[in-house]
Amino acid sequence: MYNPLEIINLSKNYNTKEAVKNVSFKLNRNEIIGILGPNGCGKTTTIGMILGLLKPTKGKVLIKGLEIENHRVELLNELNFISPYIELPKKLTVKQNLEVYGRLYDVKKLKTKIEYLCEKLRLNEFINKITGELSSGQKNRVSLAKSIINDPSVLLLDEPTASLDPETGDFVRSFLEEYQREKETSILLASHNMSEVERLCSSVLMMNRGSIIDQGTTSELISKHGRKNMEEVFLKLTREVI
Amino acid sequence: MYGLFLRHFYLIKSSLPRVLDLIYWPTIQIILWGFISKFFSIYSDYYNNTLGIILTCAILYDILFRSSISFNMLFLEEIWSRNFTNLFIAPLKLKEIITSLVFTALIRTLIGLVPAIILTSPLFGVSILKLGLPLLLLFLSLYIFGITLGLFVSAGLMRFGPSFENIAWSSLFLLAPLGCIYYPIEILPNFFQLIAKGLPLVYIFDETRSILLNGMVSYENLKYAYLLNLFYLIFGLILFYFSFLRARIKGTLINMGE
Repeated sequence: MYNPLEIINLSKNYNTKEAVKNVSFKLNRNEIIGILGPNGCGKTTTIGMILGLLKPTKGKVLIKGLEIENHRVELLNELNFISPYIELPKKLTVKQNLEVYGRLYDVKKLKTKIEYLCEKLRLNEFINKITGELSSGQKNRVSLAKSIINDPSVLLLDEPTASLDPETGDFVRSFLEEYQREKETSILLASHNMSEVERLCSSVLMMNRGSIIDQGTTSELISKHGRKNMEEVFLKLTREVI
Repeated sequence: MYGLFLRHFYLIKSSLPRVLDLIYWPTIQIILWGFISKFFSIYSDYYNNTLGIILTCAILYDILFRSSISFNMLFLEEIWSRNFTNLFIAPLKLKEIITSLVFTALIRTLIGLVPAIILTSPLFGVSILKLGLPLLLLFLSLYIFGITLGLFVSAGLMRFGPSFENIAWSSLFLLAPLGCIYYPIEILPNFFQLIAKGLPLVYIFDETRSILLNGMVSYENLKYAYLLNLFYLIFGLILFYFSFLRARIKGTLINMGE
C-alpha cells in the first residue's frame, strides 16, 4: 500500500541558492502534517514541487507511489491546493467558479457536489454573487470549496486562515477537522498560526533555510525543547539556526 | 505635487522596459504613417480613390489583431485575477489549455469583428465579402498567425511573468509597418523588405489588394502565407512547451499571482 504522499531527498536550487535541501517525509492516509518555518524557509517551494509547478533539482515526489514528474496531469487529479496568494476569477459568480473548476477536475454529479459544498461551507447566501465583491472570509470559503471539489487524496493548505477574523478562522479549522475525518484526506498544512497547528496536526516538520531541522508530534517537540507551546518551540528553533 | 511626480519618476527611472515603452509607441506610429505617406506621395493613383481597399485591409488586419490579443488576454486575465496557479494545478495537459484558448480566442474575435464588418457596408459602402471565397483562406491564415503570435507572447508571459505584459500589447504594432497592410512591399527600404518577406502578412495583404484591384486570385501568395504560418505555428508551439519547462525550473508559475 503506497502512501498518499512521499517526498524523497527533494532539493531545489535557483542558480547557486539552495531553496530546498534534501527534504524527505511521508504523509499517511488520514493524517495532517504541519510544515512550519520562517518566511523564505522553503515551504512554498516544497509545495510547488509537490504540485508539479516546480521541477526539483534532485529527489522525488511520489503520489500514491507514482512520480509527479512522470505522471503530472494524471496525479493532479489526486491533489488540490489553497493559498491566500491565489484567487479565483474575480468577475465570475461563486457558482460559475465552482462549475468551472468542477469541470476542470471532471467532477461527477457536479450539481450535487456544489450543493454539498454550499451547505457545508455556508456559501448559499452568496452563491450568485460576483466573487470579487465578497469579503475576504467569504472568498476564503469559496477557495476552500474549490480546493476540495475533486475530493483530493492529498490537500495542500498554505496558510488557510491567514487574514481571517477569529470566528471565520475557527469555522474553517472546524470544517477541515470534520472534512478530514469524513473523507480520510491527507493534509499538508503550512501555517504561521501555532495554535492552529497544535489543534489540527498530528505531527510537525520544522523547516529553516531549506532543510527540515526537527520533526515530531507537537507535544514531543514542546517537551524535547523544554518550552510551553509550539510558538516558543518555533522561536527557539528558528533563532538557533540564525 | 512633487511627491506624486517623484512616485512616477522613480518608477520610470528604475525600469528600462518602461523607458523603452515610452519610446516604442511614437516610433512605431511614425514609421507606419511615414511609409503610408511615402506610398501615397509616389503612387497617388494606385488605389484610384478606392476607399474599399484600405478599409478591407484594415478589417483584415483587425482579424490578426483581435485573434492575437484575444489569445493573450485570456492568459493575462488569469494573471490579473491571480488565478494562474489554479489553472496550472488543474489536471490539464498543455495541449488542452492551448486548444481551449484557440477556440475561445476565435469566439472573442468574431464577437468583436462581426459588428464592425456589418457597419462598414451602410456607413462606407464597403463589404469584405467582395473578396469572395478566398476571404475564408485569408481569414484562416490571419487567424493562424494571430494565434501563433499569441503563443509567442503567452510563452513569454509564462517564462518571464507579468513584466512581459507590455510585449503582449506592442508585438502587433511592431508588425504593422512590416506587414505591408496598406502598401506594397516595394515601398519599404531594402533591409526591411528582407524581414517583411519572412512574414505571412505581406503575402496575405498583397493577395487582398490583388483580388480587389484585378479581380484575380493568386494561390502562389496564399501558398507562401500558409507555409510561413505552418513554420511559425510549429515554432510557437515548441516555444510554448519550452517556456513551460523553463518556468517550472525558474519558479515563475508559483509566483505568478504575487
